[in-house]
Amino acid sequence: MGQKITIDPITRLEGHGKIEIFLDDQGEVERAFFQVPELRGFEAFCVGRPAEELARITPRICGVCPTAHHMASTKCLDDLYQVKPTSTARKLRELAYSAFFVEDHFLHFFYLGGPDFVVGPDAPAGERNILGVIAKVGLEIAGKVIRVRRELRAMMQTMMGKVIHPVFGLPGGVSKGITKENRDEFKKSAEFALEFAKEALAIFDKVVLQNERYVDLVLSEAFTHHTYSMGTVDENNCPNFYDGCLRVVDPDGAEVAKFGPHEYTDYIAEHVEPWSFITFPYLKKVGWQGFVDGPESGVYRVAPLSRLNVADRMATPLAQEAFEKMFQVLGGKPAHQTLAFHWARLIEALYAAERMIELLDDEEITGDDIRNLPTKTPSEGVGIVEAPRGTLIHHYKTDKNGIITGLNLIVATNHNAAPIAMSVEKAARGMVHGPEVTEGMLNLVEMAFRPYDPCLACATHALGKAPLVAHIHDHAGNLIRTVKRD
Amino acid sequence: MAKPKVAFYWCASCGGCEEAVVDLNEAILGVVEAVDIALWPVALDFKKKHVESWEPGEVAVVFINGAVRTSEQEEWVKLLREKCPVVIAFGSCAHLGGIPGLSNSTTREESFKRKYFDSPSVDNAERVLPQRKTRVNGYELELPEFSATVRKLDDVIEVDYYLPGCPPVPKLIVEAVTAILEGKLPAKGAVLAPEKCLCDECPRKESKPEKVTIERFRRVATEKPDPEKCFLVEGFVCLGPATRSGCGELCIRGNMPCRGCFGPTAETRDQGAKFLSAVGSLLAADQEEKCAELAATLADPLGTFYRFSLPSSILKQRLS
Amino acid sequence: MTEQNFEPVIVGFLCQWCSYTGADLAGTSRLEYPPTLRTVRVMCSGRVDPTFVVTALADGADGVLIAGCHPGDCHYSEGNYRAMRRYPLLMKLLDQFGIEKERVRLEWISASEGDKFARVVREMTEQLKALGPLNWQKRSAALSGAA
Repeated sequence: MGQKITIDPITRLEGHGKIEIFLDDQGEVERAFFQVPELRGFEAFCVGRPAEELARITPRICGVCPTAHHMASTKCLDDLYQVKPTSTARKLRELAYSAFFVEDHFLHFFYLGGPDFVVGPDAPAGERNILGVIAKVGLEIAGKVIRVRRELRAMMQTMMGKVIHPVFGLPGGVSKGITKENRDEFKKSAEFALEFAKEALAIFDKVVLQNERYVDLVLSEAFTHHTYSMGTVDENNCPNFYDGCLRVVDPDGAEVAKFGPHEYTDYIAEHVEPWSFITFPYLKKVGWQGFVDGPESGVYRVAPLSRLNVADRMATPLAQEAFEKMFQVLGGKPAHQTLAFHWARLIEALYAAERMIELLDDEEITGDDIRNLPTKTPSEGVGIVEAPRGTLIHHYKTDKNGIITGLNLIVATNHNAAPIAMSVEKAARGMVHGPEVTEGMLNLVEMAFRPYDPCLACATHALGKAPLVAHIHDHAGNLIRTVKRD
Repeated sequence: MAKPKVAFYWCASCGGCEEAVVDLNEAILGVVEAVDIALWPVALDFKKKHVESWEPGEVAVVFINGAVRTSEQEEWVKLLREKCPVVIAFGSCAHLGGIPGLSNSTTREESFKRKYFDSPSVDNAERVLPQRKTRVNGYELELPEFSATVRKLDDVIEVDYYLPGCPPVPKLIVEAVTAILEGKLPAKGAVLAPEKCLCDECPRKESKPEKVTIERFRRVATEKPDPEKCFLVEGFVCLGPATRSGCGELCIRGNMPCRGCFGPTAETRDQGAKFLSAVGSLLAADQEEKCAELAATLADPLGTFYRFSLPSSILKQRLS
Repeated sequence: MTEQNFEPVIVGFLCQWCSYTGADLAGTSRLEYPPTLRTVRVMCSGRVDPTFVVTALADGADGVLIAGCHPGDCHYSEGNYRAMRRYPLLMKLLDQFGIEKERVRLEWISASEGDKFARVVREMTEQLKALGPLNWQKRSAALSGAA
């Protein structure tokens, strides 16, 4: 066996991770592992807490997407107490949620994943970041990115109390509404966001699509996996981030499942490996075949490209145009090029901005009736939303006083855990050739996980500890048997 | 003259503190003009080997957020302490233990059982668990060791200053950074936020009667909080009396009660016990049975009074 | 200290006006009770901050006694009502920490109740012997030290 190369820590994502690459004696990649070394334990320590407090505790799974957890939790509380939000409350939730989608997707494109394209994967480490992006695209665009996020986040803070770790969600509604003055102010921000969303796609076109090298990278086999896709759609099979049914299509685009929140355990199961704290979800009815692509493997992907793969069309006009163009360039639907997640992300931002304006134009948005009080006894509930990084599931069980007795959380990046591991290994095989392994090569490997916009804090909300295990290896070092004692 | 260098690092963290720094928005461009950021894993590509190559003192200040849970985090914070003259515990987790600190309300065994065995969606008949060291077909992989307890930063290294909050608010961050750049930091060990309690600054304080009594505890799940009245007076548990001010009362203005993320003022050793003392004595009861009845309407004292501060409490954690 | 000759340590917060005097009476009456209680004299049972109780337990006490005047007899009129109101919440909190309810006790002991004082100390001592030492600090330290 040859060298071992460690990328530690991986950077420009949310959370902790490392990548181990094992080279053979010729300097070629034998295996690569994407490991997540952090855990916190939400599924245990939320037990004993009042259910409504989970809408304020679970956002601490992730400070980049706390709104996603807050919203999934709030919907779960609705289900738990069997109470529907008022019409105004539902619209307020979707409005805040749409604003969040726009600003979070821009955060990813400009601060996290985008620098790889805008500055270039071979640029020195000190330039592969937002500061390098600013230097490349200019202060005017940088100023717009900052302004659009500032305005949308100020709007979210006004609506939800806090922007980092919102508080306004309650079973049956929200704690606070908006005034007409708020609405007028927000409308201006939404319009600016829409203009910038169009501009972001134009930037992507200029910087990526008109650069042959990048287009080759995007379309390359090294960055492609033919997997199932999952996402939430409304009754017209258009993506809806706040609510809808979960839809799964196979690698060729045929629908294989469509289900509501209460059925998720019929379709999704999680596989455990000893070398990472993250679990690896897969489609139960297809089965776990390991870290492989194809229709026989239960591995599936979530998040922007997958969401667009499962949709028939977008619900708003400008996003629909962009959707059609993307699939045309990628050679049809479904598309499996991992780097295209960055593109799909910007199309989603465009949709969310259009949706914000629709909601702000709705008279009901400034209404007073923001809460239906629960009357039923709670026992169990499931709440599902699309987080920017993928499908997010909150599932709570309580006693009759609404105190949590058990919970299950499957978070966005969790669904992508196997695909990320596969993408990293495939990219390593394609991009890393020893014995001289350059920083640029290693960054190309990291570029394989960035399109997923992983949120590893989310993915590792759980906790584990090692009891006594004996691994029995043959003379070649292969694992042939494991003996455990708990 | 070269710009001073600063660093940011995260332990058992959610990334919200990173977002709080990005939320400085235009002010961040000013910060970037004044300093060089030498480490910030969320946004910049500097790796561990870069940190190991720093000369002691080369990076003047490091802001560390997150609680300490793994051997890897412990190594990193000790390395950063060695290299940087000033260490600032940034956010509730580093300051008090934070939400991850709630893990101290249960045991490690219970935690892994619920995730890897008892979950309705986990398929794990062989009862596989993540391991410290694994060999997969001859490849050796490691994961860090987990502490059985969650610790705040100053349980592991000496900390010079604390920026409280979950996350810290932009105003306090800017004040702290300005103080650093102007060399105007207070005496070491200070929490960089006002010494008043939240009630003193609360927009609802005028609504409080002179004598506050609690007839019963109410929950926001099943009732509607009045948007103008003091939560505690209305019976909704609000940690304002035991919490330091400085946040701008964001939750209150969101029409939800305070959950204590700034921690207590300097005078209080244990936020949860102190809050119990205050709120307990307000119960409208003069007979033991009535006291017990009222107390029973408060669902979760440990998780509510110590929501952010369990590792910093006197008892620290459940032991069995 | 072995299991058999474990002598519990009880910290007793006794109010000056009633309970401390009652404890003195137990002494002058030569009533026998185990030497397990360490007294801390406070002006009123309402002065007992729950912080004192958890500090005592964390610092080595196996049990804590809070003793005050009977309701209605408080030297400061209302002080003991505060102790009464805090107590059930404190017990619920300690239960969540996994601390057995026998370890913390609230009693009303008047200046003339020397015999009650002695009885309470005897009872608590027996109960704590059966439960065993709390050893909070040592057990806590073992968790942070253990990797």
